[in-house]
Amino acid sequence: MPIALLKFVVFMLSLLPLAYYGWGAWHDTLGANPIEAVTRGMGTWTLNFLLITLAVTPLRKLTGWHAALRLRRMLGLFSFFYAVLHLTSYLWFDQFFDWGEIARDIIERPFITVGMAAFVLLVPLAATSTNWAIRRLGGRRWQALHRTVYAIGILAVLHYSWLVKADQSQPLLYGGILAVLLGLRAWWREVERRDQLAGKYQPKIRNRIIPIQPSD
Amino acid sequence: MNNAPAPSEITPPELYARRREFLKTSIGIGLASAVLPAPTFATPAKLGDGAKKSPFSTSEAQTPLKHVTGYSNFYEFGTQKEDPAQHAHKLKTRPWSVTIEGLVKKPVTLDIESILKLAPLEERIYRLRCVEGWSMVIPWLGFPLDILLKQVEPLGSAKYVEFLTAVQPETMPGVRSRVLDWPYVEGLRLDEARHPLTLLVLGLYGDILPNENGAPLRIAVPWKYGFKSAKSITTIRFVEDEPRSSWMKAAPREYGFYSNVNPDVPHPRWSQAKERRIGEFMKRDTVLFNGYGDQVASLYSGMDLKKHF
Repeated sequence: MPIALLKFVVFMLSLLPLAYYGWGAWHDTLGANPIEAVTRGMGTWTLNFLLITLAVTPLRKLTGWHAALRLRRMLGLFSFFYAVLHLTSYLWFDQFFDWGEIARDIIERPFITVGMAAFVLLVPLAATSTNWAIRRLGGRRWQALHRTVYAIGILAVLHYSWLVKADQSQPLLYGGILAVLLGLRAWWREVERRDQLAGKYQPKIRNRIIPIQPSD
Repeated sequence: MNNAPAPSEITPPELYARRREFLKTSIGIGLASAVLPAPTFATPAKLGDGAKKSPFSTSEAQTPLKHVTGYSNFYEFGTQKEDPAQHAHKLKTRPWSVTIEGLVKKPVTLDIESILKLAPLEERIYRLRCVEGWSMVIPWLGFPLDILLKQVEPLGSAKYVEFLTAVQPETMPGVRSRVLDWPYVEGLRLDEARHPLTLLVLGLYGDILPNENGAPLRIAVPWKYGFKSAKSITTIRFVEDEPRSSWMKAAPREYGFYSNVNPDVPHPRWSQAKERRIGEFMKRDTVLFNGYGDQVASLYSGMDLKKHF
């Protein structure tokens, strides 16, 4: 499949959750508490896209399917897109823009504190997702900045876990997947470090030392 | 050739005449059942027929039945709000008996049919506030719990009542996970249990209690968070010490014994200042004791409600 078509298909698929909740809200099929269903749904899909985005690199390494990398920016931006909807739904339908209450929530409710922190950390990543920003920052700095996505993933899972009343099975599932995705990276880094220590990456030197002969 | 039938084969005229009658009536019945509404044998008697109205009822708009049954926390059937409606039809509610035991002169076991006959049913339209921040208005059918408690004579040492509820592993998929300590246990102080607002619930919306709402009998304690109102009760035990409920065991920092609705005492993880009434868009302010303060505030005079949360 040509990459442009693949991107288009993934783009349309990524809008399906929004379509589902939009249709459900309009036709009142989201149950007794539709507002909660929308807020939760947007949160769930933020987390889903975050994990899908984090799965791109391991998937590429394990399968050799390099085209996946070309989808990563869009997937990451969809995570941000659903995060914006999730946050909006909280600010609007839960708090009705009562900024005093919102500030108190952020300070006093740890699950909101970490959720908000995760969102705040997402903003610079979304803002620097253009080619222009990559060039402007330089690859190394851009990459360093975008590594905060690991912390965002941890904060997002904590946010979910601290909100749940008793049944931790869903947060644990997300936490488990995140642990695998981050663990693979840590493992690969460690392998690389050991290889480096073992001299695997040192340039091969083949008797190219020119002996200095003392001249009389 | 003689084609005439034998005399034995000739239908007697009186029988022949009735053939038309038979046809007429059968066509009549067929038509009637096709066209007319169900024959008026009698509309089946409903549990709530003739139930008394109660001065404790609120006149607020009632939450539609489909939301009362379709959105509930009944962890024995799963932790999702839709789980009870999906699985509770399997719950076996007959035979059912309730044992009243513990610090009493003589324990008794009553079957559900005799409990139903203990007192005339009343309709009580109560607000229900869930600890999660949503609320409903539900027309319960039942009678004061005190009437059931009077079936035994408690000893002087009894200070609390503990409610133990059904565990049916074959019908309750949720009890396979240890998300709570089964059986689900709740408790009330004796004066709370005997309070006229505390209702033994046998039905809702004029009919018998749906399984997903705690059939065949539960309690409704409208000034406390919903989880205090134990469902599908099998044992009521008079005890001396404050019972430890399932939620207290699961998260002692988060759920106290009293769990009175109180906007000023937040859940450690979220605010209780507001609530969303199911079916409404804007949130409402939560009211102390869920608006039943006139009736119950005196039960807690002198108590620090932040400490005894």
